[in-house]
Amino acid sequence: MDAIAEPAVLAPHRATFRAFACTVVPEAERLDDAGWSEVERTIEGALAHRPAKLRRQLGLLLRAIEALARFRGGRGFSRLDAAARERFIDSLQRSPVLVVRRGIWGLRTLVLMGYYTRDEAMQAVGYRAHPHGWAARRTPP
Amino acid sequence: MIEKHYDIVVIGSGAGGGTAAQALIPLARDGRRVLVLEQGPRLRDDEFTGRELDMAESLYEDAGGFLTADGTMTLAFGRAYGGSTVVYTGTSLIAPERVIRRWNVPGLDAADLARRSRNFMEQNSVHLVAEDLLNDNNRLFREGARVAGYHCEQFPLNLKGCLGSSLCNLGCPNAAKQGTHRVQLPNAERHGIEVVTRAEALRVEQHAVVARVYAKQGGKGEESEWAPGEYRIRAGVIIVAGGAIGSSALLLRSGLKRRLPRLGAGFTCHPAFILVAEHDHPITNDVGHPKSFFVDRAEAEGYVLETCMYFPFTTAKNLTGFGAEHSAMLRAYPRLQMILVLACDRATAGNRIDIDAAGRPVVHYRFTPQVVRSMVAATRASARIFFGAGAVRVHAPTARPHTIERNEAGGVDERIHERWFIPGTTTVSAAHLMGGCGMGRSLADSVTDAHGRVHGVPWLRVADSSLFPDALEINPYLTVMALADRVAEGVLADAGTLLQAGVAAG
Repeated sequence: MDAIAEPAVLAPHRATFRAFACTVVPEAERLDDAGWSEVERTIEGALAHRPAKLRRQLGLLLRAIEALARFRGGRGFSRLDAAARERFIDSLQRSPVLVVRRGIWGLRTLVLMGYYTRDEAMQAVGYRAHPHGWAARRTPP
Repeated sequence: MIEKHYDIVVIGSGAGGGTAAQALIPLARDGRRVLVLEQGPRLRDDEFTGRELDMAESLYEDAGGFLTADGTMTLAFGRAYGGSTVVYTGTSLIAPERVIRRWNVPGLDAADLARRSRNFMEQNSVHLVAEDLLNDNNRLFREGARVAGYHCEQFPLNLKGCLGSSLCNLGCPNAAKQGTHRVQLPNAERHGIEVVTRAEALRVEQHAVVARVYAKQGGKGEESEWAPGEYRIRAGVIIVAGGAIGSSALLLRSGLKRRLPRLGAGFTCHPAFILVAEHDHPITNDVGHPKSFFVDRAEAEGYVLETCMYFPFTTAKNLTGFGAEHSAMLRAYPRLQMILVLACDRATAGNRIDIDAAGRPVVHYRFTPQVVRSMVAATRASARIFFGAGAVRVHAPTARPHTIERNEAGGVDERIHERWFIPGTTTVSAAHLMGGCGMGRSLADSVTDAHGRVHGVPWLRVADSSLFPDALEINPYLTVMALADRVAEGVLADAGTLLQAGVAAG
């Protein structure tokens, strides 16, 4: 993947994004700076190849998530506890408005891409696929 | 604009384009100039690493994340030397006679397709994987189907020297899968047919293709065979084989909708779920060929179930929901069994391929009640198969909660329900993209005839899955090859006249 010098979409909304990511993948709470950097770099790399309109929409979505939570409960999304964040995202996932549901689905997909394509995450879930297939396994079929 | 002259240009190098290119070898032998344009790159063997993100970015359009217009379904299609044959699992099934009969295309005969398909099965080393190389994920599907009372069949696969990497959908790292990038295209090139990669066909003109060749900008693959720039390539015959979306969009960009009212119509795609179940012990799943068995309920209930195994991100994306329950299922990866559910959709008026103001493809797709019913029925059947195989819990995207425990197995019909199919939240993807340049009788019902001849444009042919007038109800690649072979045969037969006309026009 091409190197991305500076995150273009996530950086202005970093607190909201990381709170969202930790809600989607609770283990993300344990990421250190390098881990977060890897997650965000992967996502920014994918977004770099997408239309500018989509990147703008993603920024707007993150801003809306933060603001809507504040409007509903007096606290921004990034300041909610884990259970409240989960309830909030779940409510958006059940929204009757398609554009809201697909926005959440899209952001969730980006988080999962950023998190689960890291070597550390693949090892943590026990993924062991290897180009050499059966030969790379200690126990043949 | 750089001018080039060829006798025949084939646009696309996948199951359709690669097959057509090989079938045109007799013309190349006679000194005719044949060119294949491929939008994607040509990868070296050592670049097939099996790493999910790298390979998806290198081999798929939009890294596998191409969305329908309303954003409710992801469409996966390849963009590389060999097209989607680089990233499929090599399943090689002959088109069902009942489907070809239902298509009702004058001059299209199921027996002819079957004969051609068998030729390609032989050419591509198609066989059944030996029993001792089946992994647990596949064995459990077969066992679960037996217990649940479903007839299970084994997939013929086009493999040669498979090591069981399980990475088929990321491009085989061992050059074992016999796609067009391994068989037909190299053969065509050995006989003098040129293949130019990183070449995007922008539009078709009278006896010409306007294409843009791109320089490599990072990522995998070789530089293009041609210098970057815009080309007008004049030719006697143009064969469009860019896949359902690519071919339809190209002809739409070329302004052909006015004379071909059915252009872009009739899009189908076998919408799919990836279903997951957890066993109480580790199983072999991410080693061995991922797709050995299927249950065909297309005729009876409108769905097909197939074994599958996907990579961590793809699996995570396809599980519905988020948070602790979602994470727990991912962390059970070594104990996961997977089934791919395919709904047999039907061509409907609204489901179609279009282009936006910039000429980019836009796919309009709505899930019909019939598709939702089929997907729910298929999910219930899969749950029975999972539990029949001994799974302790099943993740069903159309159940609330999504996880069904073993002690709830008797209630899958109630738990898995159409009301929980929520577009935009329930992850649906598709990789069998069909239609848009459908075959038929006339302009009123189709874009081409049974030999891929575009109505009223004798020098323009179509040779890919866009020809399908409706869903095929099985994995489509072998049928695409059989159709492309027919199309090329027609070109060979008409070559004298067509190429003469091309010279006159050029």
